[in-house]
Amino acid sequence: MSIKDRTAIVGVGATPYYNRGQSLPQTPLQMACTAIRAALDDAGLSVKDLDGFAIFASACDPAQVAATLGVPEVRFAASLTSGGGGSAGSIGLASAAIVAGMAEVVVTLMTLQQATRRLGGSAVGGQSLYGVGGRAGPYGAGGVAPEAAFSASSGLISPGHSFSQLASRHMHLYGTKREHFAHIAITQRNNAMRRPSALKRSPLTMEDYFNARMISDPLCLFDYTLESDGAVAAVVTSAERARDLRQPPVYVMASAHGGLGRWGPAIFSYFQQPDDYFASSGHRPVAKRLYEMAGVGPADVDVALLYDHFSPMVLMQLEDYGFCPIGEGGPFVAEGNIAWPDGKIPVNTHGGHLSEAYIIGMTHVREAVEQLRGVAVNQVAGAEIALVTGGPASLPVSGTLLRR
Amino acid sequence: MAIKGVFPAALDDPYANEATQPFWDAALRGVLTVSRCRTCGNCLLPPAPVCFQCQGEAFEWVELPGTGTIYSFTVVRHPLRPDLADVVPYVSGVIELDGTQGAGCRMIANIIECDPDSVRIGDKVRVVFDRVSDTYAVPRFTPL
Ligand SMILES: [Zn+2]
Repeated sequence: MSIKDRTAIVGVGATPYYNRGQSLPQTPLQMACTAIRAALDDAGLSVKDLDGFAIFASACDPAQVAATLGVPEVRFAASLTSGGGGSAGSIGLASAAIVAGMAEVVVTLMTLQQATRRLGGSAVGGQSLYGVGGRAGPYGAGGVAPEAAFSASSGLISPGHSFSQLASRHMHLYGTKREHFAHIAITQRNNAMRRPSALKRSPLTMEDYFNARMISDPLCLFDYTLESDGAVAAVVTSAERARDLRQPPVYVMASAHGGLGRWGPAIFSYFQQPDDYFASSGHRPVAKRLYEMAGVGPADVDVALLYDHFSPMVLMQLEDYGFCPIGEGGPFVAEGNIAWPDGKIPVNTHGGHLSEAYIIGMTHVREAVEQLRGVAVNQVAGAEIALVTGGPASLPVSGTLLRR
Repeated sequence: MAIKGVFPAALDDPYANEATQPFWDAALRGVLTVSRCRTCGNCLLPPAPVCFQCQGEAFEWVELPGTGTIYSFTVVRHPLRPDLADVVPYVSGVIELDGTQGAGCRMIANIIECDPDSVRIGDKVRVVFDRVSDTYAVPRFTPL
């Protein structure tokens, strides 16, 4: 039994996107409720229909949200483990619940407010705990575990420092250059400039890129995600029920999450992943399962919404999802292949985390839905199949293929 | 006292348990050790309860020469905390240790006494231990 084509995303909803801290005085719970109600309304459903939560990265406490909204009965409440790697995969989790008959209308969401705590490890009025917790990660952890001393004093104290290791190694192995990362940042900015919801709408040139301050070599300011507040929700239901709702269904062709065991928490702790996939996004096994489940290949994908906390990780995902051979991501992006509207595979047509907003992957789900409904701001003409990914991060990373 | 290029120790104690204490005892003596599987010879850092290669559960601590190779690195130029303003730029990276199989036994560490603009992957380094308390010596690496 597979979930293939048996569920659909029927509604998406969001708050406005805000620069870090600017969503106050709203609370994260309030923003979650706003996004969920908007997504249900988009679908032509109401809170009375909602009966499941499939989340990731500890987005919210479904108990609190359900009580606040007055959900009549919760029949499914589960989360993918770890962090942002689960964003796309949580659509698969929702689908699994629906196909298994455990729930009928399941919401996936992220609500994020970085007023008092920044995910990137920068201290806001105190010492950052990144790298000190035993399970070090962008979401922090409590206490000092016995393993912590093996990483805490290394100087790698933010996700950017960690992802720089993968980027440096990729450059070393394949001759990838900063210009290649620049192409990704500039392409996505060009997309964001046309999109009213985007937080960054001023032009970005190659000169601007190379004049920007370096944060952690080889990454400069424009290789880093924005830091944002806001909430985005997506509602999933069965394919049968989807046909009677307000919007054209966006079918879930396939969803997969996980990764090779020895990828593990690699990036966020000790970098022990084997040589042959150190300089990768960790997505290769997920991509393989995803394409197999959907019965399509990379050439069939019309638009790719790739999780982009750091620009080099877009490049490595292009390789790992088979849009170009391993090691050739640099030249591939430099040749304009990811540009909207004429590239071979337009990427992050909404501007992504780099230029639209960072709501931990859920803006990518929203954009995929808009593309497949044919109403995207930067519409890929005739888009039929969209790829959405979550992570690179600690295992699980995830991918979902959607079709109209 | 901030020293340019030297990331200050984040802890004053290794918060060790029985499994990790031998590493820190050796560190205080200036010796780099790793936990090696008695069955297959796979080296593990940090130590783990099970060998991921052969599922063995018996390990021994072995001394290494303390040299290695830079596998990857970053130059941190933006201070994430005010106290790092006088420390940046500093170099931190992933080190493959001589005498081990590599993956599974790499260390992440601050690489000191180097020129941030000329550090390269593949450069040879050796460990130096910075004693920050009676119980904790921080391993850093310096070019050979
Ligand atoms: Zn073994």
